[in-house]
Amino acid sequence: MPTIIFIRPSGERSPVEAGEGESAMQAATRTGIDGILAECGGNAMCATCHVYVEGDWLDRLPAIGDDEDALLDGTADERRSNSRLACQIKVTETLDGLVLRLPERQI
Amino acid sequence: MTPLGSSVSSNAADGSLSIPHLDIDPFAIEFFADPFPTHEVLREAGPVVYLDKWGVYGVARYAEVHAVLNDPATFCSSRGVGLSDFKKEKPWRPPSLILEADPPAHTRTRAVLSRVLSPTVMKQVRDRFVAAAEAQVDLLLEKRRFDAIADLAEAYPLSIFPDALGLKPEGREHLLPYASLVFNAFGPPNELRREAIERSAPHQAYVAEQCRRNNLAPGGFGACIHAQADQGEITENEAELLVRSLLSAGLDTTVNGIGAALYCLARFPDQWQLLRRDPSLARNAFEEAVRFESPVQTFFRTTTRDVEIGETHIGEGEKVLMFLGAANRDPRRWNKPDSYDITRRTSGHVGFGSGIHMCVGQLVARLEGEVILSALARRVAEIEIVGDTKRRFNNTLRGLDSLPVAISPA
Repeated sequence: MPTIIFIRPSGERSPVEAGEGESAMQAATRTGIDGILAECGGNAMCATCHVYVEGDWLDRLPAIGDDEDALLDGTADERRSNSRLACQIKVTETLDGLVLRLPERQI
Repeated sequence: MTPLGSSVSSNAADGSLSIPHLDIDPFAIEFFADPFPTHEVLREAGPVVYLDKWGVYGVARYAEVHAVLNDPATFCSSRGVGLSDFKKEKPWRPPSLILEADPPAHTRTRAVLSRVLSPTVMKQVRDRFVAAAEAQVDLLLEKRRFDAIADLAEAYPLSIFPDALGLKPEGREHLLPYASLVFNAFGPPNELRREAIERSAPHQAYVAEQCRRNNLAPGGFGACIHAQADQGEITENEAELLVRSLLSAGLDTTVNGIGAALYCLARFPDQWQLLRRDPSLARNAFEEAVRFESPVQTFFRTTTRDVEIGETHIGEGEKVLMFLGAANRDPRRWNKPDSYDITRRTSGHVGFGSGIHMCVGQLVARLEGEVILSALARRVAEIEIVGDTKRRFNNTLRGLDSLPVAISPA
């Protein structure tokens, strides 16, 4: 099982084991990471599972889709070059150790 | 209350695994009055049931409802999302280009509305929605006693959404009757549907006229849709029909969503006090009300091929009724499903649907719900129900007709 590490704005690190076929958002909501809201439930419609991808992990993620790109313009916290929506990151073995930093706010 | 004689029988005559046949009419007034015991019967009967009354399959458990919603290739929308099968019956109005469409046609029109109602746009309208919510609460604090449906659940969206759309001031009294008609028309040919369609002509005429470009104020959602026609994304005629979608589904839904939240907060004072202590819970209090009451109770899909749900075989061209409200209280998915808990992790509820047809206006709904509940939580000490509540009956929508309340200032 790949592990993802969420870093809260306070700096606290929360490692989470992602299940088979889960997105980073699903792993976070299942394990009670409260900095991910996911109001739309993973349908790429709300931009409330915004994360900042740490370090060189960004290049190892699948490319950003048009829907996700448009939604990221509407995130509550500022969009940065390493912004992604966690619902669009499907966790695979190759992403074991992925580090995602949570924004200050999702709304 | 068990007025429905929910007898369960099985029929394996076609050779497939037997499917529970239920003698339930999910469009009867007695059902609407208290659907929850029957929802439980539907859920517990099996992953899929057959409703003899209307000759349709039904799914009421969360997993199956979610699965049907997320397989639009098998469970299509283009044959109508009500009981009527557009392949066999002429639709009562020209079909919606988004709700009653499948990919690839749906993909293009959906993208247009997604852009017009995006998170970025919500940021731009937020201050206006907040100001209107504050003004509404000012007014109610002067009244102290009022009907939380007419004077708040309807009045607030009416004070903000038609303007946001860019509608002319004249004729807005048609908006709620038109929406009520649209949602009644998804139901079977019962009295609710027949009466709604019989009286529909003036409302339809009003709506058709308002969808035209020259009747929509610049800068509004309606004008933004027409601007997409200028960019070649859609035709002018398509733009008009997409404006119609906002007129159909953008108002009565939020009225019933806000009404649901007010009814919950008035009935469960501990949750109201929790909200008062932390008004930042307003958005989730609204979301939880959408789960708990499910203002949109049901939608149909039509099978495009033979398919198995669980071990039950369903042939091509069958209607499948999804009980969103039952899924939202399925104990297989939700802890204490019958409790209204504003701190609940609500993500994943199907009150707005799920998948490619999930409510395109969900961000508008949440924004309206959040800002009105937040304004109330900061300025009102108590909400007390002071008279008889009255239910409003509709084939698809669940909500109240009247909720007499008294409030006291914080």
